Parts: sequence; structure tokens; C-alpha cells
Amino acid sequence: MQYTLVAWMRDKPGVLNRVSGMLRRRNFNIDSLQVSHSETPGISRMTFVVDGDERVADQVVKQLRKVVDVTAVEDITNRLAILRELALIRVRTTPETRGEIMQFAEIYRAQIVDVNTENLVVQAVGTEDKVDSLIELLRPFGIEEMVRTGRVALCRGDERAKKKRHSTSIFKAAASLNGSGHDDQ
Amino acid sequence: MAIAKREPANTGYDLGPQEMTGSQMIWESLLREGVQIVFGHPGGAILPAYDALAEYEGDGRIHHVLVRHEQCAAHMADGFARATGEVGVCIVTSGPGATNLVTGLATAQMDSVPVVAITGQVPTSLLGTDAFQESDVVGVTQPVCKHNYLVTDIAELPLIMKEAFYIAREGRPGVVLVDVCKDVQIESGTFRYDFDISLPGFEPWPVVSSDEVQAAADLLNEAERPLILAGHGIHLSNTSEELLQLVEKAGIPVVTTLLGTGNIPETHPLSLGMGGMHGEAFANRAVQACDVLVAMGMRFDDRITGRLDRFAADAKIIHFELDRAEVGKNIVPDVAVVGDLAETLPAYLPLIKERRHQDWVDTLNEWRSETDEADIIQYEVEELIPPYVIRQLWHATEQTDKRVIVVTDVGQHQMWESQYYIHEHAGMLLTSGGLGTMGYALPAALGAQMSDREALVWCVAGDGGFQMTLQELATIQQERLPVKIAIINNGFLGMVRQWQQIFYDKRYVGTPILSPDYVKLADAYDIPAAVVRHPSEVVPVLERAHSTDGPFLVDFQVKEEVNVYPMVAPGAAVDELIRRPKPGYVQGYSGVQPSW
Ligand SMILES: Cc1ncc(C[n+]2csc(CCOP(=O)(O)OP(=O)(O)O)c2C)c(N)n1
Ligand SMILES: [Mg+2]
Repeated sequence: MQYTLVAWMRDKPGVLNRVSGMLRRRNFNIDSLQVSHSETPGISRMTFVVDGDERVADQVVKQLRKVVDVTAVEDITNRLAILRELALIRVRTTPETRGEIMQFAEIYRAQIVDVNTENLVVQAVGTEDKVDSLIELLRPFGIEEMVRTGRVALCRGDERAKKKRHSTSIFKAAASLNGSGHDDQ
Repeated sequence: MAIAKREPANTGYDLGPQEMTGSQMIWESLLREGVQIVFGHPGGAILPAYDALAEYEGDGRIHHVLVRHEQCAAHMADGFARATGEVGVCIVTSGPGATNLVTGLATAQMDSVPVVAITGQVPTSLLGTDAFQESDVVGVTQPVCKHNYLVTDIAELPLIMKEAFYIAREGRPGVVLVDVCKDVQIESGTFRYDFDISLPGFEPWPVVSSDEVQAAADLLNEAERPLILAGHGIHLSNTSEELLQLVEKAGIPVVTTLLGTGNIPETHPLSLGMGGMHGEAFANRAVQACDVLVAMGMRFDDRITGRLDRFAADAKIIHFELDRAEVGKNIVPDVAVVGDLAETLPAYLPLIKERRHQDWVDTLNEWRSETDEADIIQYEVEELIPPYVIRQLWHATEQTDKRVIVVTDVGQHQMWESQYYIHEHAGMLLTSGGLGTMGYALPAALGAQMSDREALVWCVAGDGGFQMTLQELATIQQERLPVKIAIINNGFLGMVRQWQQIFYDKRYVGTPILSPDYVKLADAYDIPAAVVRHPSEVVPVLERAHSTDGPFLVDFQVKEEVNVYPMVAPGAAVDELIRRPKPGYVQGYSGVQPSW
């Protein structure tokens, strides 16, 4: 299963390396990792998509918290959250296909952000599923180049109040034995 | 002696701001952390700091121990830290000096030992240019450190030094490295040390949940066959006393990990000694047969658990642990009590019912007597075997009033020490458990002895491991340290040979090892020494070692192909033991000659 984790960290040289190094050496499977500024100056925000079971996700959270520069970590997998990804896709065009491509883009509420006679660039924003399926639609036309940001996530309004430092699962010991889910407090 | 929450020593230094160089700041910070001894080796990029050291060495405020290899500076800092519970400090130059440290840092970090390492770095203007003796030390050491820093701005140096000690010491101890660019050492700036440390991401002492403590008590109170598995955390939190109270109140037998050796006196009737790969059969059987296992301050290392899915399979598991990330990492407990044992154990004790568990204890004693009957020490009396040497070493050290510290290297002798030496309290044995670093014993013994010149420190090493760091004999003499050295010389990289014998058809590839004449070697360093080949010589030589002021080295030329039993094959469950063979076809001799 995929877990969505958010971590906040001091914006210092090498912090990304500390985090990615830890994830690599502990052999965690990370599907995507995205870093950006947060609302607080000096604090960066990372969004991870972790592939594994509940125990793996729990370990990732705990190991992230041990990185001294990481100030907070939350597992938002079971929270109401807005999950988005942005993709820029350069698709080969001919006068015959251009119209159809633009129609597909429109259905997906994607924008055309660059056009010339040979190709155009579609900018798609949405869940990864949505971006995936648009890409599949465009693939037959010939995708020349593509970039995806990976998942970013923000909890919905009333969920925000729940955020507190070092909240979420103190691994409820037998949780994975009796199959119950994460304890989100 | 234990590494508990401690305030930095109040050294009485003026804490007001002062102008000084970065080099001076390093030493001033150390003084404020109560550091009086550092282990190091100079070089270009750390020269300014060494130059400033003259003043502090001159008036005796800081003593610098010059090592012969930087790896040993880290091991000495580690030995010093394990023996005192304080932060050990090492200081070396950039590039090769720093990369030489890595093994020592990894050793300390794996065993939760507080060490601060200071490394010189090329000037900031040359960073990233592959300058002479530049290496990315922060990058190289990151995986083996609790945290590390590169200092490129003198304004940050004092706070970084203070944070480094704070992080190394607080919570689960570990290694912090501070890499200081040479120009930062030379520049001047304002030094102060009265910072409040604010590290929002660092939670060294988790708040204890009384619900967890209660749940753990409820589970234990119901147990019929309870067992405690006690690790290094007991020593680190200085809770041997509380553990003993718990054990005696509730009648619970105790198995320890290697680093938990001596958590309760090994002479105690409820002590089952070490468990795991070379734990006694009765200790491992106890783990498999118990109905409630209380793991305290340990992390379910594969050397203690054997095959995980068969480990204590019928038991409910309670895990007392400071580091939350260890809970659920290898074993998912039924109840976890996260927090400092110095807090959780005293809270636990009153909730536990007085019990005796007599049937259970009787069963264990029965198992124990079976093992005793087959013990090699009962029948191999003609030849010099390592278990005998170790047992006699115990008898000899038992006589002394001095504080005894035994430091072992890694291999068969390490396991025999743990089996045949009787440890009376935690902290008596220093050894590299997590990383299993050959070459650890001599420098770590030296570091431990530096912290207490009156202690009786025995370095017990194999002929392989001793040869990895024997250059530190010079350091022993330079510091006039009375370290006693026992080389268990079996002509082989014995532990590896044992695996080759059992798992690789006795193909002894790369394991016969030549040794120098250790008596001559010691003589070259002006260290008195003796060679022992027969059991009858053991007691006299130990007496001689103890009555000699200063260091003494004994080359115990033991029977070569002796194995450590019992043994749990890697990947096997801990009760699937390879037991000690019965007398007669004991340690079958392969005919392969060791090279000496
Ligand atoms: C630095 C290092 N290299 C290799 C090993 C693998 N190893 C573990 S025990 C051992 C043999 C040690 O031989 P010796 O020091 O003679 O001790 P003995 O087992 O004979 O008592 C080796 C090579 C290790 N633990 N550490
Ligand atoms: Mg050997």
C-alpha cells in the first residue's frame, strides 16, 4: 500500500541529503519525494510516498524523526487531504492530431502552455491517477519529453487543527498483529 | 559510571562573551563540557587548533593523547566514554585523518556510545575543489553519526560545539562529528557559551505514558514463565539496581545481551547469562519457553534473536526502550513502554506483584545443570584451552580491590570471555557488540585506562584483532598506562575458522594467521611480557602480571582448533543449537597447521 508522509525540516545545506541518505541506507521503498518551502521561513516541507505495509510506514516516520534537522513528521495517509501532482508533457503533433490532443487536455482540465508546429506542452495538475491516465491517452501521439513533480499534499481545513508536533502513531504495539490501522491521534 | 541525563560539568568558567580565534573556541568549548582528555593526531588542516592547544596543555587543563592511527583515537574516545559515561572526544586532521576515523565512529554509534569527533577541513575557499587532503567528511560519516556539522562560519562555531555535546549525550547516546574549516580555526570572533539549545526536531527524552507502564505491569503480573532480556540500556540509564529489585520482587530470571553483560551479577541465581548466537542453551531455551518476555533497553539484534519468526514465538513481548524507532523495528511487541528506563523502571516496580515462579525457575536450573555437565572446562584439562585461561583470569581479578574493566576484541575469545568470565556488574565488560570491530580492544582499553589510572584494565584480544591495532603499544608506553594484555593466540582467525569448519567443510581459506614473537614485540616497546603454553603456567603468569607495575603482556598460545559452543547457525532459531560435542570426539583436529 502507498502511504503519504509529510515532514518539516530545517532549511540547511545537506538536509535533503541526510533524509534521502537515511531512506536509502535503511532500504525503504520511496515512490516519490518532493521538497519545497513551507509557510515558515527556514523550514522546508517534504512529501513522501512510501510503498510498504503499516510497519514500514511506521518505521519511516520514526526514522525520519531521528534525523536531527527534521522538526516534525506526519503520516496523513488516513486523513482527508488534497493530493496533487503537476506534470509537463511535450507531445508530438501534426496538423491532424493537434485538435484531438487539445480536446483530451481540455477534458482533463489540463492547459496547453507551449505550442509550435512540431509539438505542444500540456500542463496537467491532479492526482497521480489522473495524470497517469492523461499520459496514457497522449502516449500514442508520441511523448517527446516529460517531467512530473511527484505528490504534494495538504490536509483539508478541519484536519489542520489536528496537526501538532510529534503527533501520530507511537506505534501501537500490537497494531500490525491484529490488523488495526494507524493511530492518528 | 552510567550514562544518565547529566548536566555539563559546572566548570566555573566565565560565560561572558570574549574575543578569540576559532581554534581557541574549540578548546574553550571542551573545557565548558568538562573535557580534560582528548585523543588525536595532528595534520595540516587541524594545525591551528593544535597550535592553540599548547596553552591548554601547558597549564594542564587539557591532556592530549597522541595516537598511532586515527581509528584508535575514536576507539579510545569510545573506551573512555564507556568507562565513564561521559562524552569521549577525538580530534584529527582532514582527508585521510578523518576517513581513518570512520570505523571507530561506526563502532561507537552502533553501541550507543557518546563520542564527539572534531576534524579539520580544508579552508572554505577550497571546499569542493578536491583540494589536497580534502574529503567530504560530513558526507562520509553521516550514516555512522547521530548528527554531524560542517563549520564554515566562525559565528556558528560555539553553538555548534554546544549542540554537538548535547546531541551526543542526551537521549540514546551517539556520535557527533564537527568538521571545522581551517580558515574558521584561524579567524577571530566572539565566543560565548550561554546559549539555550533549541532543537525542535530532537526529542531525546520521550514523555513516559503511565498507561503503557500499567499495561506492561498487567501483562507481567499474569505471567507464569516470565523472562527479562536486558540490554545495554540498563547500563546507560544506570538502572541495574532497579532491575535487581524487580527481578527479586517478582522472581524473574534474566538473560542479557552481550552489551547487557553484568546487568545483574552473574553469580545471582536468577542470572542466566548471555543469550543469542553463543548464549548458553538454557538461556536460549528460556527465551523460547517463556510466556512473557520483558525486553529492556535492547534492540532485538539478529545475534540475540536468531530467526525472527521463531523468536519467543509463544511469548507476549513487552519492550522497554528509549529510542522509539527501535520499537517495532525488528519485533513488534505486545506492549511498548517508551522512555528512559531511569523513569519507567521505578514507575513499573510498585505495580509488579511479588511472585516466586518456582516451577519455572526449577526447570531452568535443571536445564542449566545439563549444560554444566557437558562443559568443556570440566574435561579438557591437559591442554591450554581459552575457556580455562578466561576462567583463571576471572579468579585472578576477583582477588583485587581495584575496579576491574575487561575489554575484549572480536572473535572466539570475545565469546569465551562472555561465557567464562563472571561479571559482577554492568560496565565491567567493554566490547564492540553492534559493529563487531576487530582491533577494538587495545585502543579501547587504553581509553578506559586513561579515565581511571587506578583501575585494573585487561585487554583480551585474539591474535588476529591484536595485530590490527598493536601499534598503540607505543601509546600505552607514552602515557605510562598499566594496561594488562592477554592475547588468546590460537594461530587462526578463530571465529572465521570455526565457521569454515562447520559451514564450509573445513576449508581454512585465509584464516591461518602468523604472529610475531609477542614477547620480543613487547620488549621492543619496553613492555614486560611472557608466553604461556601449558595450563599450569596460567595462574603464575596472571599473578606476575598483577604484581608488575605498569603494563604487562601475555601471549597465551592456546590449542588451535577449539570451537565456541553452543552455537546458533545464522538464520536458525535460537533453540536450534549446535551443542558442545561430548568428550571423546571433541574439537576434531583437521591437520591444518596454523602458520606460526
Ligand atoms: C575489522 C574486522 N574485520 C573482519 C572481521 C571478521 N571477523 C570476525 S571474528 C574474526 C576472527 C578474529 O580472529 P582473532 O582476532 O584471532 O580472534 P579469535 O576468533 O581467534 O579468538 C574475523 C576475521 C571483523 N569482525 N572485524
Ligand atoms: Mg585467533
